[in-house]
Amino acid sequence: MAETARTGPPDSSASNGPELLPARDVGVRQVVRTGLLAGLTIAFVASIGMLVAFEGRAVVSTLTLDYVILVAIPMGFGYLAAKPPPQFEGFAVARRGGRNLLAGAVAGVVTGGMLAVYLALVGNFNVREQMPNISPEMIGRLTFQQGLIKGWAFLMLGSVALSTLGAAFNLLDRTLRRALAYALSWLIVIGLLQVVVSTILNNLGFPLVDRLYNVAGSLTIPGAIGVFVVIFVAYVVPKPKREPIKQGYAELPAKKRRLVLVGIVLAILAILAAVPHLLSSDLAEDLNLAGIFLLMALGLNIVVGLAGLLDLGYVAFFAVGAYAAAVLMSPLSPKWAPGLIFWEALPFVLLAAAFAGLLVGTPVLRMRGDYLAIVTLGFGEIARLLVTSTWLTPYFGGALGIIRIPSVHVGPVEFLGANSQTFFYLIFGFAIVAAYASYALQDSRLGRAWMAIREDETVAEAMGVNIVTAKLWAFMIGAVIASVGGALFAVKTASIFPNSFDIIVSITVLAIVIVGGMGSVPGVVLAALALRGLPEILQEFQSFRFLIYGALLIFMMLRRPEGFIPSRRRARELRQDEVLQDAWVQAHREEPAEVGLEGS
Amino acid sequence: MALLEITQLTRDFGGVRAIDGLDLHVERGEIVSVIGPNGAGKTTLFNMISGMAQPNGGNILFEERSIVNLRPSQILALGIARTFQNVRLFPEMTVRENVMLARHARTKSGALGAILRTPRFRREEEDTRRRAEEALAFFGTRLVGWRFDQPSMSLSYANRRRLEIARAMASGPKLVLMDEPTAGMNPKETQELTHLIRRMRDDEGLTILFIEHDMRVVKGVSDRVVVLDYGRKIAEGPYEEVAHNEHVIEAYLGRKATA
Repeated sequence: MAETARTGPPDSSASNGPELLPARDVGVRQVVRTGLLAGLTIAFVASIGMLVAFEGRAVVSTLTLDYVILVAIPMGFGYLAAKPPPQFEGFAVARRGGRNLLAGAVAGVVTGGMLAVYLALVGNFNVREQMPNISPEMIGRLTFQQGLIKGWAFLMLGSVALSTLGAAFNLLDRTLRRALAYALSWLIVIGLLQVVVSTILNNLGFPLVDRLYNVAGSLTIPGAIGVFVVIFVAYVVPKPKREPIKQGYAELPAKKRRLVLVGIVLAILAILAAVPHLLSSDLAEDLNLAGIFLLMALGLNIVVGLAGLLDLGYVAFFAVGAYAAAVLMSPLSPKWAPGLIFWEALPFVLLAAAFAGLLVGTPVLRMRGDYLAIVTLGFGEIARLLVTSTWLTPYFGGALGIIRIPSVHVGPVEFLGANSQTFFYLIFGFAIVAAYASYALQDSRLGRAWMAIREDETVAEAMGVNIVTAKLWAFMIGAVIASVGGALFAVKTASIFPNSFDIIVSITVLAIVIVGGMGSVPGVVLAALALRGLPEILQEFQSFRFLIYGALLIFMMLRRPEGFIPSRRRARELRQDEVLQDAWVQAHREEPAEVGLEGS
Repeated sequence: MALLEITQLTRDFGGVRAIDGLDLHVERGEIVSVIGPNGAGKTTLFNMISGMAQPNGGNILFEERSIVNLRPSQILALGIARTFQNVRLFPEMTVRENVMLARHARTKSGALGAILRTPRFRREEEDTRRRAEEALAFFGTRLVGWRFDQPSMSLSYANRRRLEIARAMASGPKLVLMDEPTAGMNPKETQELTHLIRRMRDDEGLTILFIEHDMRVVKGVSDRVVVLDYGRKIAEGPYEEVAHNEHVIEAYLGRKATA
C-alpha cells in the first residue's frame, strides 16, 4: 500500500489509494537561509586569507584554487537551496522544474546581497590591525581588480548564474547528477595532487604525463577533459554487483576461502612494498609522518573507538615511547646511556608504555565521558611539563632534548631515518602489526568486553565483565601501540625535543580517529593519510590545517557521526520493518494490568 | 538450605525506605514471582541481589555465602544473572555478540591469546560461540540464522526481551532474575514467554525469581508469589491464596469504603 502511494502519480490519489498530502516543496526560508550561508562562507573564506593563500595554486590551466572555491561555494549552496526537503510517507513526490531554478537564482541574489554588505564593510573600514587578512590585496582579488562597485556587480551576476547552475543539478536524474559531481570533484583533487599523481605516473612509466599537466603544475585543458570524461564514464558504467561476489566467496569451501584471503593480503602487501618506489623521497617523507600518526591512531582507536574511553592526553604515551627509546639507544643520553640497539630497546619501551598506561588508567577507572576527557587532557600536559622540569632535565635533557639516536638495522639492511623510502617499510611493518592486532582484539573476549563497556558500562558489569581489568587493558594496549610510534619517531628524527609532544598531537590523532570512523581500521588509515599526509603535500593548506580539522569534526558530528568509513557494525542500517514494529509496540503498549486479580 | 536467602534487608533512598526489613527465600528449582504496586521496591530488591545497589542493612546469602558488597561481575560469576525492566542490550553489538559477552565470566583468554590466536583461544572462542548460539536457539527460530549478525538495536521489542533472556541464560547461571519479562508484549507473545519460563526451569534446571505485572503470567507459572508493598512483604504463598488475601487486594485497589 505504501509502495503504491509512493510511486503513484500525485494527482491520481483521488481515484485510488489513500489521499496523498501535497509534497513539501522548497520554501522561501530555506532559500534565503542557504543564500545567506553561501554569502557568509565566502566572506569567511576571504577574511581568513584563504583566497590570497590559494591564488598561487593553479588547478586547471590558469584557473587558480581561490577562484575554484569562489565558483564552488555558490554552486554547492545553490544546489542545496533548490533541493526539495525530504518527503515523508503519505506525501506526494516533489515535482522538480522551474521552481527549483528560481530558488537557486533567488539564493544567488541573497548571496550577492550578503557580499554587498561584506564589501561595503571591508571596503570602507580599515580592520587590518584586528584582521590582517582583510587586506586591499584580498579585496582586489575578490572584486576582480575592478573596484568595489563594478567588482560587486560581477560577483552578483556570478553568484546568481552559478547558484542557478547548481540548482539545475536538482533537475538531473540521480545517476547523472552524482556522476557529474564525482567527476568535477575528482578533477579538482587530481589537479591539486599534481605532485603525487605525476610522480607516480612517471615512475610507472606512463607516457602522457607531460600532456596531462603543464609546467606550472596544473592540469592542461585536454588533460582536464580527459580526466573528467574517464571519471564520468567510470561512474556511469554499471559496476559489478557486490552481493553475488560476496555470496560466491561465502559458498567457497573453507580451504579455498583461506587461499583467496591470503591472495588478497599478499596483493595488498605487494602494493605497499611498491609504494616507496613510486614516490619521490619528499612524498615518502610525508608518508612516513602519516604512518607514525596512523600507528598512534590505530592505538587510540582501541581506546576511544572500541572501549569508548575518551583519552585526550594520548600524546603522553607517544612521548614515553620516544623518550624511552632515546634514553636507551642514544650514546649522548644525559644520565644513563646503555646504548642498546633498537630491537634490544623495544621490549623495555613497550614495558615502560604499559606501565604508563596503568599509571594513567588506574586513577581514572571510575570516571566516564567528560570527566575522563578532562583528566586525561591534564595527564598529557603533565607528561610534557615533567620532561622540561628542572627535576628531570638531568635525565631527559630538558629543552635540549636527546640527540644522536642511532638508526635501526634488520640483518644487513639499515633503516636510516633520513632515508624515508626505506624507513617507510619499518613504519608500515609496525602499522600492519597494529592493524592486525586491532582486528584480532575486536573479535575476542576482551574486544567484546570493551564494546560492552562503551555501550553500557553498568550492564557490562552486571553481565560479568570486570570493568577494572578491561579498562586497564585498553589503556595499556593503546599506550603500547603509541609508544611504538614514539620510538619510531625518535629513530626517524634521530633527535627528540619536548616541543614535539604537545597537545596538538593528541588532537590530531583524535581527529583522525573520529573522521575515519571510530572502531574502523580502514577509516583510520584513510583519515591518517588525508589529515596528516595531505597538508604536507598541499603546503597552502598547512596554515589552515586546524581550521579544516575543526570544520571536518563539526561536519562529521552533524552529518556522519559514524565516520567516513564506518566500522562494520555501525554501517548496518536499521531494518525498517522491525523499527516500525517497534514503534507500533511502543504506541500500543498498555499500562500494566495490575487490577486483573481474580475474584476481586 | 535455600538457594537464595534474604534476611532483614533494608535500603533507604534519602528519607524513603525502599526496602524495609525484607525476608525472602528462594528454593532450588523454584519459580517465584514478586508482585506489588508501583514503587513497592521490587526493582530495588533485584538491584541489591545483583550487586548494582548496596543494602543499608540485612544480608543476602546465595548458596550459603553472603553476596552483599560483592561487585556485580562477581555476583554473576557466582551464578545470578538478570534482565532489566527497560531492556538494556548493547545496541551496536550483534545479537550473537550480545550473548557471547555473557560468557565473559566463564572464560579466561586475554589480549595475548587473541592476538596470537593460540589454539586455546580458538577453542574457547569456538565454545563461547556454540554456547551463545545454543542459548539463542532456545527461542526457536526467532533469533537464529541471519539474525545472529544483526545489531541488536535492529530487533523488534519482543525479540530484544528474548535476547536479554538468552544473554542471561548463556552466562551459566543457577538463579535468573527477570524484571517484568512480558512488559510491552502482546498477549500471544506473553503466553509464549509463560511457557518459556517454565521450560527454563524444567529443561535447563534454572531457578527463577521474576517481577511481573501480568497476573495471567503470575498465575500461569509461579510456584509461589511474594507480594511487596512499601518495601515490606505483605503476603506470600500460592497464587490462589495470595489473590484472595485482603492485604493484597487493599494494596492494589485501595481500602474498601466501610459499609
